[in-house]
Parts: sequence; structure tokens; C-alpha cells
Amino acid sequence: MGKASTMHESLSANQVEHVAKLSRLKLSESDVERYRKQLSGILDYVAQLQEVDVADQEPMSHPLPLHSVMRDDVVEPSLPITAVLQNAPSKSGAFFTVPKVLDPSAGGG
Amino acid sequence: MTEPSTADLSAFELAAKISRREIKAVDAAHAYLNRVKSQDAKIHAFNEIYAEDLLAAAEMVDRSLDAGEKSGPLAGVPIALKDNLCTLKGHTTCSSKMLQNFQSPYDATVVTRLKAAGALVVGKTNLDEFAMGSSTENSAFGPTRNPWNPNCVPGGSSGGSAAAVAARMCAAALGSDTGGSIRQPAALCGIVGLKPTYGLVSRYGLVAFASSLDQIGPMTRDVRDAALFLNVIAGPDAKDSTSWPQTPPDYLRDIDRPPEKLRIGLPKEFFGEGLSPEVSKAIHKAVDFFRGHGAEIVEVSLPHTRYGIAAYYVIAPAEASSNLARYDGVHYGHRTAHAEDLIDLYAASRAEGFGPEVQRRIMLGTYALSSGYYDAYYLRAQKVRQLIKADFDHAFKACDVILSPTTPDVAFELGAKSGDPLAMYLCDVFTVTCNIAGIPGMSLPCGFSPSGLPIGMQLLGPLFSETVLLRLARFYETAHDWHRRKPGDDV
Repeated sequence: MGKASTMHESLSANQVEHVAKLSRLKLSESDVERYRKQLSGILDYVAQLQEVDVADQEPMSHPLPLHSVMRDDVVEPSLPITAVLQNAPSKSGAFFTVPKVLDPSAGGG
Repeated sequence: MTEPSTADLSAFELAAKISRREIKAVDAAHAYLNRVKSQDAKIHAFNEIYAEDLLAAAEMVDRSLDAGEKSGPLAGVPIALKDNLCTLKGHTTCSSKMLQNFQSPYDATVVTRLKAAGALVVGKTNLDEFAMGSSTENSAFGPTRNPWNPNCVPGGSSGGSAAAVAARMCAAALGSDTGGSIRQPAALCGIVGLKPTYGLVSRYGLVAFASSLDQIGPMTRDVRDAALFLNVIAGPDAKDSTSWPQTPPDYLRDIDRPPEKLRIGLPKEFFGEGLSPEVSKAIHKAVDFFRGHGAEIVEVSLPHTRYGIAAYYVIAPAEASSNLARYDGVHYGHRTAHAEDLIDLYAASRAEGFGPEVQRRIMLGTYALSSGYYDAYYLRAQKVRQLIKADFDHAFKACDVILSPTTPDVAFELGAKSGDPLAMYLCDVFTVTCNIAGIPGMSLPCGFSPSGLPIGMQLLGPLFSETVLLRLARFYETAHDWHRRKPGDDV
């Protein structure tokens, strides 16, 4: 029951920073403190799920009995590249551009 | 009795008058644009308005009808679209800074179908950012106000659509409903809102929030309009693999035939503490009406209702954290001007582009799915979801339709709950379980508080029971005039 008891404890700043990192959200120190309080309150509320007896229950991920729906293997027109790239914040030719991913000075390659 | 003005007609009546050439589509378009001009500065229902396109499209409808060409069921009817529905025209912003300049390269399937039916788009309506909220205060472009009292919220997240319909700025609108986002604002604005069975309406082109819960549905002046719009938008779509493959029935065909020998269930868990006395009174009057007309009223129990919000606030944020991972500052959407490297580009773009509620939910969902917490949160919530569904399956053995309040209280004032995320979440206590189970639900007007704010009644039915819900709601509506009342203009 170690897990259930941790959930009633509030989140630490470190935990919020870890979740923010996983979420790819750059937070300031004051953001971390604000979210720490708010998320702790929500998790405390959500912790009541622990009191439900779910022993014989199958997890439900979807409301309808639809599984692996296949379509016919037919080629259909797709969007032109210009339309796909029209919202790109930065592009070059037919490509999206991003900051350099590999650092040549690190000796990789 | 004076003729109702064009903007007061239902979509059904307006479409009939336009097709009979009693009203020109272009005059109807002008009537609604005049409403927008006089009302939207204070209501702020719209993010974007397409006046020129609307008038040009209306002229084409008139020319085509004058030439005797066949017209669709919504020919010339001005509608509004929630701004999380992709449209080739204009922007699709989700009321987020992240998508402020986003122009969709395609129309959502519902938009394609509405256009094919002859509907004309007035504009895109405001929402809580990415449909996350219950008041439309989470919009990056400022809140929408309730036409019945501008100090109050219109509900959310489809608050712009609800306010636009209530204030006669469009004949009808589409919203989306993940935990109550069609029904709750419909109740607070005194209109009809229908969340169809999961899979009945294609989600292709609806910006994804929580994919196993999201549904698009009509927000209309009356129940017959809801049936009319459902006819147009429902049905299988190869572009949405979660759309149900069967062809839906004609929801208008028997709309004026009341259902017979109906058993209406009242879930005792929806009538406990927290329900305002004025809402309770209005709901009980509606129950008396149905009883007086031969319905059998039975008490049912949905014991896991009390865990609905908790399960929802694990499942919905978990799905949202995954869906919103696509906003990376690379493919589309906001990109930071100050990035040191690629990871920093992602994290800074997302922190700048998303508002606080969206960030909260992304983190909540990420936490619930993260290593060491998945079983205790996400897996457990999915098992509770099974129990909530089983509650409904059991209740629908004893009754055909469930009747409840849509919301515990009438519209609240702006700012009343915006500082407390959890208090805002509890607004959806009566609406979330419907999405969790995937069943259809609708809200229709059933009274007003002493302060003049609308009250909504919710009807829930088994999967694909829209026909029964609509006919029952229509029967109630034709014996009452709540839906004919309209907010004053000089609010």
C-alpha cells in the first residue's frame, strides 16, 4: 500500500520539475510552486479512486466495441506539401527546420 | 401576434422559409450580421466573423434556389462553429496562443457535411483553451459573457457557441463535449445541446483533447433543430476509425410523435446535497409533467457517480497529455523566439503557447501515465470507468431514459471559480459520467431562476438512443415555452 499513501502526500517541487520536464514545459520557480499547490489539491481529490473496489474489473479504454478498423488499401490524394508546410514556423524547401540537434564540437559522428 | 423576426426563427423554420422563397438567404444573413454587430461587442461569442463570405455564399444560395435547383436541408441557414473545428476558411485557434495563427489545410468532416447541406458559416466561436474548462474564462482571447446576464459566465467549454445561439447571433452552432462542454453551457444559456453517442459523429477535424471522450454535437434553439443538425452531421466517416459503421436513422421523421410507455429513471445520486433548490424545483416540475402524461417514474441508482469527476480528471488529462504532445513549435503553432537547443525549443514554445489550465492538465496527465504511477492512477481510473458504465447498463434495465439536472446550479459570476481549478471541475459533476460511458446526453431548457437565469434538464439514454431522447425532449418542449424566451438586448 506504499503507493496509495504517497498519493495523499502533496507533490514536492522536485516532482513537479520532473513532470514538467517529461511534459516539455519550461517553468519558472514561481510556476513550479503554483502548480505544486494546485496539482497536489487535484491529486488529493483524485485519490478517492483508491477506495473503489476494482478487483474484478477490466480496464475500459473506449466506449464502443471497435477494434483495429481497417480501410481498403487504396491510394487517395493527399495534401500538397505546400499545404502541409503552410503553418510551419520555420521551413526550408520541403522541410521543417529546427535548431541543430547534434553538436559537432562534442566529437560525435 | 406579430411575425417573429428572422433571427428569432428556429433553423428548421428559417430553412423552410428560405426554400419556399419567403425569406431571402441574403436577408437572413444580414439579419444575423446585424445581431452580431449589436451584441458581440459585449458578449464576445466570436473569435472570428466571416461577413463577406457569408453574404457571398447567401447570394449563391438565393441564385440557386431562384433557378429552381435542389437545395439541402440547411440551405441559407447561418451557423457558428466552435473554434476547435478545423475550417479551410480563416483560423482554427482553439482559443489558444499556441494556434493563434493556425490555418487548417482541410475542413472537418462535420464542416464539409454542413456546407453540403447548404449551411452558411457566420464565424468561429470562443471556447476554453483547447476545450479545457467550464466557463470560457480560459480563452487566451478573453472570456465570453452570458447573454442573460453579462456578469455571469456562459458555461464552457463551448460557451461561445452557446452564447451565440442564445443571443440570436446565429441560427444554431456546433460544439464539442468531452465532459459536459455542450450540455453545461447549453443549460446555462437556455438553449438545447446534444452530445451524441460516442462514434455517431465523425471527429475528423476536431482538434483532439481526450479522444475516447470527445464528441461533436449541435447547440440549437429547440429540440427539432437538434434533430435536424444531427441528421446532417451523424454517420460513418472513413477518416475517423472510431466512427460507428452503421447508417443512422432519420431523427426528424418521428420527432413530433411522443414516445409511448416510457420509464424515466431519476438517479438518486444526482439529487443530493450541492443541488440548488431552484434547479431542484424546476427539475421536479418537469418530472411531474412527464408523470402527468403517463410516463412511469422510477428511482435508479448510479452508485459510482461520486467517482466520476476523479476518474475523468485522470483519463481526460492522460489522453490530453498525449494528444497535445504534437505542439512542438516545429510543425505548426507557436514557436519561441529564444531557444538554446531542440529540447529547449519544445519546452519554451509550449510554456509560452499554452495557458495555465492546459499546462496543469498536461502535467496531471503526464504524472498519471508516468512510471510508477500508471497502475495507481490511469489503470485504476479505467477500471472505475468500467464500473460507471456498468452502473448505466444496470439502470437502463429499469428505465428507458434517465432524467437529471444538467448542472447543480445556474450560471455563476465571472471570476467566482477561476482561482480554484477543482471548484471549476466540479461544475461537470452531472455531465462527465455520460462521456465516460459513451452514451448520448442532451440538455434542454426547463425553467428560470428567480434571478432570471436559465435552468437545464439533462436526458441520458443507452448507446444510440438519440431518437428516443429527442422525441421525449420534443414532447416536453412543445408543451412549454422556455425555449422561446430570449435574453434582453440591452444587457
